[in-house]
Amino acid sequence: MAATDVDVFSNEEKRNLSLGGHVGFDSLPEQLVSKSVTQGFCFNILCVGETGIGKSTLMNTLFNTMFENEEASHYQNGVYLRPRTYDLQETNVRLKLTIVDTVGFGDQINKEDSYKPIVDYIDTQFENYLQEELKIKRSLFNYHDTRIHICLYFIAPTGHSLKSLDLVTMKKLDSKVNIIPIIAKADTISKSELHKFKIKIMSELVSNGVQIYQFPTDDETVSEINASMNAHLPFAVVGSVEEVKVGNKAVRARQYPWGVVQVENESHCDFVKLREMLIRVNMEDLREQTHARHYELYRRCKLEEMGFKDTDPDSEPFSLQETYEAKRKEFLGDLQRKEEEMRQMFVNKVKETEAELKDKERELHEKFEQLKRMHQEEKKKVEDKRGYLEEEMNAFNKRKAAAETLSLSQPVKKDKDKKNRSVNMENQSGVSASSSKVMMAKANVEPLNCQSWWQAIQCCTCLVHNATWRPGGLF
Amino acid sequence: QTKQGERKQYVGFATLPNQVHRKSVKKGFDFTLMVAGESGMGKSTLVNSLFLTDLYKDRKLLNAEERINQTVEIIKHTVDIEEKGVKLKLTIVDTPGFGDAVNNNECWKPITDYIDQQFEQYFRDESGLNRKNIQDNRVHCCLYFIPPFGHGLRPVDVEFMKALHEKVNIIPLIAKADCLTPNEIKKLKDRIREEIDKFGIKVYQFPECDSDEDEEFKQLDKELKECTPFAVIGSNTVVEARGQRVRGRLYPWGIVEGMHTRIFHVCSALFMENQSHCDFVKLRNMLIRSHMHDLKDVTCDVHYENYRAQCIQEMTSKLAQDNRMESPIPILPLSTPDVDTEKLIKMKDEELKRMQEMLNKMQQQMHDKEQ
Repeated sequence: MAATDVDVFSNEEKRNLSLGGHVGFDSLPEQLVSKSVTQGFCFNILCVGETGIGKSTLMNTLFNTMFENEEASHYQNGVYLRPRTYDLQETNVRLKLTIVDTVGFGDQINKEDSYKPIVDYIDTQFENYLQEELKIKRSLFNYHDTRIHICLYFIAPTGHSLKSLDLVTMKKLDSKVNIIPIIAKADTISKSELHKFKIKIMSELVSNGVQIYQFPTDDETVSEINASMNAHLPFAVVGSVEEVKVGNKAVRARQYPWGVVQVENESHCDFVKLREMLIRVNMEDLREQTHARHYELYRRCKLEEMGFKDTDPDSEPFSLQETYEAKRKEFLGDLQRKEEEMRQMFVNKVKETEAELKDKERELHEKFEQLKRMHQEEKKKVEDKRGYLEEEMNAFNKRKAAAETLSLSQPVKKDKDKKNRSVNMENQSGVSASSSKVMMAKANVEPLNCQSWWQAIQCCTCLVHNATWRPGGLF
Repeated sequence: QTKQGERKQYVGFATLPNQVHRKSVKKGFDFTLMVAGESGMGKSTLVNSLFLTDLYKDRKLLNAEERINQTVEIIKHTVDIEEKGVKLKLTIVDTPGFGDAVNNNECWKPITDYIDQQFEQYFRDESGLNRKNIQDNRVHCCLYFIPPFGHGLRPVDVEFMKALHEKVNIIPLIAKADCLTPNEIKKLKDRIREEIDKFGIKVYQFPECDSDEDEEFKQLDKELKECTPFAVIGSNTVVEARGQRVRGRLYPWGIVEGMHTRIFHVCSALFMENQSHCDFVKLRNMLIRSHMHDLKDVTCDVHYENYRAQCIQEMTSKLAQDNRMESPIPILPLSTPDVDTEKLIKMKDEELKRMQEMLNKMQQQMHDKEQ
C-alpha cells in the first residue's frame, strides 16, 4: 500500500452524494468523544536530565501538584528509571499520568552507557504492548498503555552549546520517542545569551541529524499556533512551586535579591508555551505519533527480526503458513533440546540431593550406633556397679545380722579402730555384721546425702558419684 | 503506585476531549451497513430514506422466472457523505437474491463467507509489517428484514440469524409495517421477541445507560429497548400534506381533515417521521445518531476478536501435533505445559520435600541427643 498519509477517500471508486436533509451522523465525533471520556485517558512522560536540574520541580509546576519526591543522590552506580503513576481529574476528564524519572543520569564518571537503561525502558514498554497485541485473547481497549508519549530532555543552562552526553543520548532516542528539548533553570541566562544559546542548540541538533518532535501544522485550527511555537524551541523554562506576592496576587515565582522570576510570565520564561503545547494543544497528537510512528517502527523491526516478511501483493494467505511451518520446525528442535537439557539438569540435581541425603543418613546412623554403644557401655557399667553393690548389700546384710547378734552381747563403740578392725575381718559373718552395724552407726553419725541407709544403698547416684564408696572395696 | 493529586489551578488536560474531537473530524469516519432479506421487502427504499440520498439509481429488478435458481450476490455501494464538516464513508452491502430461489438451503453462506473474508483481510493487514493504510471493510451492522405477512419468524429467518449472530451485529426489522395495525404490530413484535429468545439468537443489545445520565435519556433508552424489533416503513417519495413536504406514502383510503369543505378522496399520508406511524425515526436515531460508534466498537472488540482467536487456534491446532507448541507467528498463545511433565515435576517436588523433612527430623533428634 502506498505510504502516503492516511487519506481514506482516495483509493476507491466511489461517489460523493449530496444529502436531502439532515441525517444526523455529524454526531459521530461526539459519540467517539463520550466513549473516550468514559474510558479515561493516559499519558506517559519521560524526563531525562542531570540530577538536580529541576525535573521534579517542573513536573510539579506543570501539573500544579506536589508529586511526592525525594531528592536523588549523585552517587548512583548507574542510571535508573523510576516510573510513578498518578490519577488526576479535571472537570470530568480523568487522566492516568505516569512520570518516569532518570535517576543518576550524568553523574557517573564514565557515561558511555548512560543512554542504555533509557532505551531499554522505552523498548520494554513497546514490547509489553506488542505482547498484548499478539495474544490470542487480548483486551486492547482496557490495556494500561505505558508507552512513553513524550520525552522532555533537560539541557543544562551553560549558555554555550549542548553537552556531548546530550547529543549522544538524543541521537539514540529520537527514533523511539517524541523528544522536546528544554533549557532548564533558564533564570541563569540573560535574554541575549538565551537567543544565541537556542540558535546554537538547534543548529547542533540539525547538523547531527537529531529528529525532535515538531508540533503538527496540518490541521488548520492549530497550525498557526503550532508553527509559531516550533520557532521557539527549545523552550527555556523555570519551575517553581513556591508563591510570591507580586502586586496583589500570589504567583508562582522564584525570589531573588535582584527581582522575582515569575513562572507564568511569558517575558520571563517559556513555561506557558511549554504547557500550552504539551498539554492543551498537542497531547492527543503526541499519543497518536507514539502509536502510529514510533510503535509501528519498533513493531516492524521486531517482527522482521523474528523472521517475518510482509506478504507480497500476489501471495496467498498461506505464505503466513509457510513461514509458520519453517519456524515451527526450528522451534520444535529448540524446544526438544531445551527439554533434554532441563531433564538432564533435573535428574542430576535429584541424584545429587539423593546422594547428599544418603550421606547424611549414613552419618546419622553412625552417630546413632555410636550413641547406642556409649549408652550400652554406660548401662553395662551401671549394671556392673549395681551387681557389685548388690553383693555388698548382701555382705552388709550378713554383717548387719552378725552385728546385731553381736550387739546383743557387746556395746557399740564409736570407734574408728573397731571399724577398721571389723573391716579387715570381712570374711567372718560376725565381723561383717559388726562392721555393718558400725557402718550403720557411722551412717547415723555422719549422714550421707540420703536420709537413710537403705536409701543410700538404693540411690546409685550417691554410691557411684559420691567418692565415699569406691568400687572394689569399702573405704 | 497511584495517588490523587490535588489541583489548585487549571492545568489544561481537560481539553483532551476537544483534541480527540478535532482529530477525529479531520480523519473522517467510515461505516459498513449490510441489508439482508427477501426481494421486495423495502431494503433499498429504507437505506435511501435513512441517508436521505439515492444509492440505487438505475438498478434492474429480476423477474420471477429469473429468480428460480437465483444465487445470493454480494454488492457493495460506497458513498462519501458529509454533514457539518464530518465526513463519513458509508458502504452499503446489499444481498440481492437472498431467499428468492425455490431451494434456499444455505442461502446465507455467501453472506457469512463475505463477512469472514473481511475479517480475514483485516487480520492479515493488522498482522503485517506495514500498517499505515489499513482499510476497514468489516461489516459493522446487519439490518435483517422480516416480512410482516406471517406470524413470526420463519425457518429461513431463524437459520440466517443463527448463522450470523456471532459474526455481526444483527438488528431485526419488521419490514413494510404499513400493512399492520398498531395492535397487530404489537402482537408480532412480542411474538418475534419470544422466538428470538427461544431460539437463542443473539441480536445487537443496546449498551446499558450510565447511572449518571439524566432521567429523560434513561426513559428514551428504555422505550428504545422495548420497541425492538423496529417496525419500519421506507419511502422514496416526498409527499405534501398539511402544508408540509415530508417523506411518506400516499394511500387512497382514509379521510384527512382538509381545509376544503368539499369531501373527496383525499389521500391520507403516512409520514415516516411520525413516530406513531412507524419506528423509522427510532431506527434512524439509534443507528446513526447515537449508536453508530457503539456498533463499530462491538464489531471490533467482540466479533472480530472472536474471529481472530478462533482463526489462530485453528491454525495452531491444524499444524501442530502436540499442543505444547508455542506459535512463532505474530500471536502469543497462553502456553500450557504438558500434563505428564507437570505430574512428574510435582512428584519429584514432593519427594524432595519428604526427604527434606526426614533430614530435618534426624537433625533434630541428633540435636536433642547431644543435649
